[in-house]
Amino acid sequence: MSFVKMTASTAAILAATAGAAAAQGRDNVQVAGSSTVLPYASIVAEAFGENFDFPTPVVESGGSSAGLARFCEGVGENTIDIANASRAIREGEIEACAANGVNEIIEVRIGYDGIVFASDIDGETFAFTPADWYQALAAELPVDGEMVANPNTSWAEVNADLPDQEILAFIPGTKHGTREVFEEKVLLAGCEETGAMQAMMDAGMDEDAAEEACIDTRTDGVSVDIDGDYTETLARIEANPNGIGVFGLSFYENNTDSLQVATMSGVEPSTETIASGDYPVSRPLYFYIKKAHLGVIPGLQEFAEFFVADEIAGPDGPLSAYGLVADPELAATQEAVANGTTMDAM
Amino acid sequence: MTDITDSAAQPERRETGRSILEADARTKKRNRAETRFKAYGIAALGVGGLFLIALLWAILSNGLTAFTQTYVQLDVPLIEEKLDKDGDRDPAKIAKVSTFGYNPLIEQALVELVEREGLETELEPKALTKMLSGAAAADIRDRVLANPELIGQTVSFEVLASSRVDGYLKGRVSRESLARDKNLDAEHLDLIDALQQTGAVEKRFNWAFITGADASDSRPEQAGIGVAMLGSLFMMLVVLVLSLPIGVAASIYLEEFAPQNRLTDLIEVNISNLAAVPSIVFGILGLAVFIQFMHLPQSAPLVGGLVLTLMTLPTIIISTRAALKAVPPSIRDAALGVGASKMQSVMHHVLPLAMPGILTGTILGLAQALGETAPLLLIGMVGYIATNYPDGVAEGFLAPNSAMPAQIYEWAKRADPAFYERAWGGIIVLLVFLLAMNLLAILLRRRFERRW
Repeated sequence: MSFVKMTASTAAILAATAGAAAAQGRDNVQVAGSSTVLPYASIVAEAFGENFDFPTPVVESGGSSAGLARFCEGVGENTIDIANASRAIREGEIEACAANGVNEIIEVRIGYDGIVFASDIDGETFAFTPADWYQALAAELPVDGEMVANPNTSWAEVNADLPDQEILAFIPGTKHGTREVFEEKVLLAGCEETGAMQAMMDAGMDEDAAEEACIDTRTDGVSVDIDGDYTETLARIEANPNGIGVFGLSFYENNTDSLQVATMSGVEPSTETIASGDYPVSRPLYFYIKKAHLGVIPGLQEFAEFFVADEIAGPDGPLSAYGLVADPELAATQEAVANGTTMDAM
Repeated sequence: MTDITDSAAQPERRETGRSILEADARTKKRNRAETRFKAYGIAALGVGGLFLIALLWAILSNGLTAFTQTYVQLDVPLIEEKLDKDGDRDPAKIAKVSTFGYNPLIEQALVELVEREGLETELEPKALTKMLSGAAAADIRDRVLANPELIGQTVSFEVLASSRVDGYLKGRVSRESLARDKNLDAEHLDLIDALQQTGAVEKRFNWAFITGADASDSRPEQAGIGVAMLGSLFMMLVVLVLSLPIGVAASIYLEEFAPQNRLTDLIEVNISNLAAVPSIVFGILGLAVFIQFMHLPQSAPLVGGLVLTLMTLPTIIISTRAALKAVPPSIRDAALGVGASKMQSVMHHVLPLAMPGILTGTILGLAQALGETAPLLLIGMVGYIATNYPDGVAEGFLAPNSAMPAQIYEWAKRADPAFYERAWGGIIVLLVFLLAMNLLAILLRRRFERRW
């Protein structure tokens, strides 16, 4: 039957092209990692494709940890060139990288991102402090030297100035880099502010254990971990108008028609208040370049330099327009990228 | 019924004087039960129908707006000093002016447009550009690079309006919802209203959505599903070319030649079970085998096709075996009886007769594979990927690309609400494809199927 012959020969051609591909090499930059950095990376990738003769880089998401894990899989064309992260790389990840032959890593800080607390637009207005969040979400609170399960059910119980609304928080899950910032800048800060940390240490806990207890969130359904993207958090708030969600500033700015933002310690989040340091909850965004791929993958060096160029990552660039807070030390970053300064050398 | 019960029943009926035309209590009860059962059935159908209507309504009401898009007619002065300082029209030098170099020209064109229409606005010239998509500069630059002779003239361009302006004309964005939005102000909307009257701002059918590439998070108005559609097409080619011959060969052997023993029984059970394995399992298998072990490129439709082939094979084998079984043994016996070999009887008689059934099963298997997203998550086909048209057929299989359902999932995740509309629009496109494939399967069956 000619049909059988035809399909057989097409299959053979397919197999041949597959073999050729493995040998031929990759001509596009591959990026993966944090879903917070993804919008910025996609904006840069698009502009890069428009202005250079290189193909548009491929940007995948999946979270900071997943991206760095793939980054550390090894050196070679079937591994990614750049990992996006909404937190700095950890010591353990650097070791994992080194074990797989990824010794030289260039760390690039692209700017800062604000973390905002937003609720349904038709609901109550909130003005939080880190202490409010700690007392609302901590698993156990110290009372007279003893740890008791968190009894608070309404924001008014936490702080009389807050509306009498049930506590329901949608916070980023542990696979998100945002979680770490939330724990450190909100829960831990609140824990110290209220004196709870001191109380725990006075009760005989060592410092590490007290910090652990500070960032331990309650599991009675009041604090809900969101492992998906911010769109999932938004959907949860739309389904449950009493909920308060943790978002990135740029996501909030794209959805001001359905969300209202809460102030933190009296400051409303915006690119200006974050840049000035008045708004307390922000974190740097990074990407990591595999130095061994520079000069091997066409366009990688150019893409990295383009990413941190003034016209892209500067205060008037498209990233800033989308919600990134420009890094005041951008010039130093540009130099480090141009020279290929690795992490050890810094 | 036997005679005994008949004769026993009849005198009784005569005694009570009942007619068979008159239903007795028990008959009535049975009839009522039947009526109730029919009502349940109709109610079940009605619920199903309601769900279908709700689904279609949700899809169409959310998605149809993706098929129109707002454009602005703009006369852009392509000033020589800005675009080609030396004036020698050297393409290499013109290419040095990046898209950012075109922004001042667009700003100027907008100011002139507002003046020419006799409109007044308090907006700064820079703020005016918020009405336009970031894609405008890239479009104009591409046209200039393709035809450097345009430099020095004032050229009319049709550029995309920004997603907020587009949303306003589609009723998604209102003046109230812009109150705290820094991407657009109510004054912009007044301008847009006036410009729409004069015809400079226009909403048209959105071919770019069907043919275009994915766009970054800041430009939902430019995003299209065309490249992802090609990705799906190349994947389906791989699935068809691999799973049809492998599936048919396996089924013919199992059905016509294989001895009945423990081993073939085990294989049969396994095939049936494989058909029910969740598709994400095939995704992780594909990641481990095709990418990490065989070093095939990531995000490539070839790998996606291979993974979906694994997923589709059991479906095709099961439907092919059913089609082969449906061919009556008399056909085989007759062929063997006139001296045909076993292989001749299969190839010349059984297989052609089973072909319509095989093709129907294959098309339905392909339709299932076309809508599959989960395994593609694991082999890197979700993200900002479907950005370039493939350069030829080999690139089509190997260059990074997405697929239609993966693209829809990606859009649904993004921050700007305008992407949400695109996601629903993508669902409409995907459903049209599935409907067409299912229709083809039905037609093939109607046209060629034989009954004995």
